[in-house]
Amino acid sequence: MRDAARPYEDIVVAAPVTVPYTRHSIKSAHWFLAQALARLIHSARIRKTDIDGLAVSSFTLSPDTAVGFTQHIGLSPRFLEHVPMGGASAIVQLRRAARAVEAGDAHIVACIAGDTNHVDSFRLNAASFSRFARDAVYPYGSGGPNGSFALLTAHYMRVFGATPQDYGKLCVAQRQNALTNPLALFRKELSLQEYLEARPIADPIRLFDCVMPCAGADGFLVMRRAMAKKLDLAHARLLAAIERHNGYPDDPIQFRGGWALDRAALYDQAGVSPKDIDFLEAYDDYPVMTLMQIEDLGFCGKGEGPEFVRRHSFTTQGSFPLNTSGGQLSMGQAGAAGGHLGVVEAVRQLIGMPLGAQVGKARLGLVSGFGMINYDRGLCSGAAILAAPGGRKKRGKR
Amino acid sequence: MLALDAPVVPPSARSRAAQGLTAAAALGIFALQRCEDCGAVQYPPRDACVECLSARLRWRAMERGGELLSETLIRHGQELYFRRRAPYRAGLVRLDVGPSTIVALHRACEGAPSRLRLRLALDKAGQALLIGLPEKDVPDMADDPIIRETTCAPRARKVLITDVKTRVGRAMAEALVAAGAEIVWAGFAAPWKPSPHLEALRALGPVTPVPLDVTDESSVRELAGGIGGKVDILINTAEHHRPGAIASRNGIETARAEMEVNFFGLLRLAQAFSAALKARAADGQASSTAWVNLLSARALSNDPAHGTFSASMAAAFSLAQALRADLQASGIRVLNVFPGPIEDEWNALVPPPKLSPEALARTVVDALERGLEDVYPGEVAKDLIARFLENPKALERELAG
Repeated sequence: MRDAARPYEDIVVAAPVTVPYTRHSIKSAHWFLAQALARLIHSARIRKTDIDGLAVSSFTLSPDTAVGFTQHIGLSPRFLEHVPMGGASAIVQLRRAARAVEAGDAHIVACIAGDTNHVDSFRLNAASFSRFARDAVYPYGSGGPNGSFALLTAHYMRVFGATPQDYGKLCVAQRQNALTNPLALFRKELSLQEYLEARPIADPIRLFDCVMPCAGADGFLVMRRAMAKKLDLAHARLLAAIERHNGYPDDPIQFRGGWALDRAALYDQAGVSPKDIDFLEAYDDYPVMTLMQIEDLGFCGKGEGPEFVRRHSFTTQGSFPLNTSGGQLSMGQAGAAGGHLGVVEAVRQLIGMPLGAQVGKARLGLVSGFGMINYDRGLCSGAAILAAPGGRKKRGKR
Repeated sequence: MLALDAPVVPPSARSRAAQGLTAAAALGIFALQRCEDCGAVQYPPRDACVECLSARLRWRAMERGGELLSETLIRHGQELYFRRRAPYRAGLVRLDVGPSTIVALHRACEGAPSRLRLRLALDKAGQALLIGLPEKDVPDMADDPIIRETTCAPRARKVLITDVKTRVGRAMAEALVAAGAEIVWAGFAAPWKPSPHLEALRALGPVTPVPLDVTDESSVRELAGGIGGKVDILINTAEHHRPGAIASRNGIETARAEMEVNFFGLLRLAQAFSAALKARAADGQASSTAWVNLLSARALSNDPAHGTFSASMAAAFSLAQALRADLQASGIRVLNVFPGPIEDEWNALVPPPKLSPEALARTVVDALERGLEDVYPGEVAKDLIARFLENPKALERELAG
């Protein structure tokens, strides 16, 4: 059964902003989120009071939620979402915001995510991430996400024949993409040799498979196209979006995500097919997940990911441009902003204002999010197709 | 600043449901939650059935076989405990009974895909840990780091038995020597007096009699000052037991004497020895590791035919829980042993089956080697704990006769 959602009615994404990432910070999540909002207001040349909808994601905002944050920054939104879905938060915020705008519950929704990173933040977050993780994962070596994704990575290699070179090729290509991005934390060229010789972290995961936890924030505005035109804002159109939580619970170990359940709905809603997509912003916390997204979003069949990797270059100007800002692997992972990174980069590419190099023919971008390894697998998956302001693709090309 | 050898234990926070796993591990049982309504086996522990949402989840002994689907070697754990023990081998196992589990892997396990069996053990924090073992035992199974961390085998360790005057104490010494203990200090109120028992124990080799009277605080302190810093395992066998209904005697002298040994004796030992044990809990391979209390199944519910003895053992049990709470933070296991009636003169009027001191001693060594926390040796003890857990009020009435 295909769950057909109503198409989006002229919903656009505008004003992509990034509060530059830093490895560690003594500032709070409140600071980073507030700066993201300030940049949105500045970038869109609007007043704070023009923002009547707000969606917030953060791991380190505790003890506050989005509610406390409204008082902290003196905002009185009539639509408010707290989206604690890790790397899927951006897609979910976008979906919620789009429908709220369509329904008239808000005119302009600010979607922001950010986290601080104190010196001990990562350990504390890993230790108390979820009940299942605390009961049944953390006491087994306290490897955090590295340990959990190592199990998925090793399994995928064994069953589908991926090699360290396949994973490495993605990491090297993304670093290549980051070289022109002034906001990337890592802008030193990475060779496959360096990738392969880097120290093991949790076998088979090596150093450069891991994202660097850091502090930072990202944000974007969701509104109707008419509003964007009135405000004279460059924007990308939202064609389709999906989300799924706890997809495939009966798989003994994760080798696919919820995208596989929902991709038909995604492409149907957008009226396009995978071959129409000009670039992919995948959730790249860890390369094995990028491979799963490439498969599950229909760019190749299940298990064909390694072969697909060997066929493409993944650089911004090459074939199948992937994570064109360098992704989290090169930008860093600012906590819950990890998924926003893909959305803001996709919008920047589609409006012709990328941080780094421009994808040659950027008309359709696919952004994918993934989050919350609650126990043995990531539970939240989401994806969105965004289009450049020009004409819409014809329906029925699948 | 943290001393280099300060004991560091693994993370101990768990949900209340997950404590069911700990309860099973304390007894050496492999148990998981099963839904009473639809039969689905659950893991990680839940508060509602993952299939039918029923709240009727019960802990049941389970088949422990499974398939290793994937493994990793964690070289940089977030916690200090694991950093000191890196690399840590972990695996993802699909159990034959259904759920997927993350486990610590014994080094003898083959790579994925492979068959293995799981064991539920207690880690250094006293919390449940799933361990993947090879399907068949291999030589030196117990030398694996994860087995050493979750057990308290007496082999090559220094053990203090607080009282070897009794048959249980002597059997304990013999069993420890047989299990490969390096030194067995045998507590004896007056070891300088000629005693055929002591001569027999001395002849075992590693046994060294030491003066100890648990009713005498200075005796306890003196011994702790001498060997406290070397004891790896302390086994409290000191016991005073006089049968009889509480109305069968006048006065409280007998009851006081029982409390003096069974309760205050344990308290004196705890005050004198626990600090030294805790200090050496992280001493690498030769660390202090366990404290054993020989209590009685009569501690669970009073046996009126042994009224004051039961009461003194209930008091000792309660104190042992306080001791466990104190030692657990350092990674020292407190093993509480609840035997049924033992073959001794104080149980002469109790009908069989009774527990021989030798069988009791073997059970204690086995429990140490398996890293258990609560043991009910013998048929009577097993019967009592089952009846107690099912309906404590019924047991109270039944023991009233």
